[in-house]
Amino acid sequence: MSVGAGSALLLLIRRDLRLSFRRPEQLLQPLVFFLIVTTLFPLGLSLDLATLREVAPGVLWVGALLASLLSLDALFRSDAEDGTLEQLALSGQELTVIVIAKTVAHWLVSGAALVLVSPLIAIALGIPSTVFGTMLTSLALGTLTLSWLGSIGAGLTVGLKRGNVLLSLIVLPLAMPLLIFGAGATDRALAEVSSTGALYLLASLCVFTCTLAPFAAAAALRIALD
Amino acid sequence: MWTWFYRLASPPHVYRLAATLTPWFLIPALIAIAYGVIDGLVFAPPDYQQGDAFRIVYVHAPAAWMSLFCYVTMAVSGAIGLIWRIKVAHAVSAASAPIGASFTILALFTGSLWGRPMWGTFWAWDPRLTSELILLFLYVGVMSLRTAFEDAPRGDRAAALLALVGVVNVPIIHFSVVWWNSLHQGATVAKLGKPAMTPSMLWPLLAMLFGFMCFYGAVLCMRLRGEVLNRELKARWVREALSP
Repeated sequence: MSVGAGSALLLLIRRDLRLSFRRPEQLLQPLVFFLIVTTLFPLGLSLDLATLREVAPGVLWVGALLASLLSLDALFRSDAEDGTLEQLALSGQELTVIVIAKTVAHWLVSGAALVLVSPLIAIALGIPSTVFGTMLTSLALGTLTLSWLGSIGAGLTVGLKRGNVLLSLIVLPLAMPLLIFGAGATDRALAEVSSTGALYLLASLCVFTCTLAPFAAAAALRIALD
Repeated sequence: MWTWFYRLASPPHVYRLAATLTPWFLIPALIAIAYGVIDGLVFAPPDYQQGDAFRIVYVHAPAAWMSLFCYVTMAVSGAIGLIWRIKVAHAVSAASAPIGASFTILALFTGSLWGRPMWGTFWAWDPRLTSELILLFLYVGVMSLRTAFEDAPRGDRAAALLALVGVVNVPIIHFSVVWWNSLHQGATVAKLGKPAMTPSMLWPLLAMLFGFMCFYGAVLCMRLRGEVLNRELKARWVREALSP
């Protein structure tokens, strides 16, 4: 029985989501990590709330990047270890479709969850609720872009026994522009300057990566599989 | 007619070719760098704004330029290896990476030495500086990925793919001074038409650039021989080539 690319995509996303929700502790761990890391900054810097507000967008963004990086190693690993990935590759579907499905599912359970938690941290860091719109949009675009970039890194390191540190080493340099524009957008909104330009740049980075990264990640998986 | 080209894919041929080519790169490199250093540091007139401190450009600009050139060489040869599965191309890519990383470090180091008297700081989080730093991280990532695999051919191909992905950074570095308001000065030499430099300053710079290119060629040939030997350790020609 052959399945069209579209329905294969949806089936795979549903399967990955179901698998993730069966292990809720793995969903919660990056979120708790996000909370803890962003708590470290105010404690370590011991600033008053006004100064804290100025560094808050950067803190929030660094925390979100690190937290979503944490779950990235698992993107293809468990499927590669139990042989599911090989079966998927042999299923006749384009590997690119498989990469897209797995990355979207990964973003839904990691990136989107981080975005939903971020207002909580933003309040603790003294970010006023007037900039939440910009902050949430930039974080959503940023974590999605990071997931696309991360799919390349996860594909490249899936053949290694321990790829986590190397994965960060590969993905973080590529993610630096995200941090610049993402934290910049929130910074501008805090200073009550228009942040549209930075958001458009983030959106274009997101489109750019989601168009090209699946092909690169599929090529990386092909190297890992043969 | 094309045999010389096809033979470039053969490790023993490349091993011998690299040995023959090394002096042809090394001697011009030494001559050009010697001329560039003497003319640039002694005879070129001091800058009307920066005084004698501008002379660091004779190391900084060629090093920065080479950091991009080596990256592109690494990525292109990696792509050739990836597409046509040519072992020698991967060896060229692997040999280029540490040289390029060294040029990047040299560019960052001389740049910060230059930044101190001119900008009042060793380092600024400026687009040009940041993107050059990202380039260094990319080099490190590519080199670590290659060695992380126990299976060397797989490491080669993974590193080649990562190098290709990282190519997006190259135009960002080049155009960073145009796209953003940068502390770093804009393009001075590579301008269409007339470069914004007097010939007496420009000639030593071009000589240094040529010298650095030839130096890269020479070091690449030397490193390439090592890479090829390492990859072909079990081959019979290696034993024959190395036996006295």
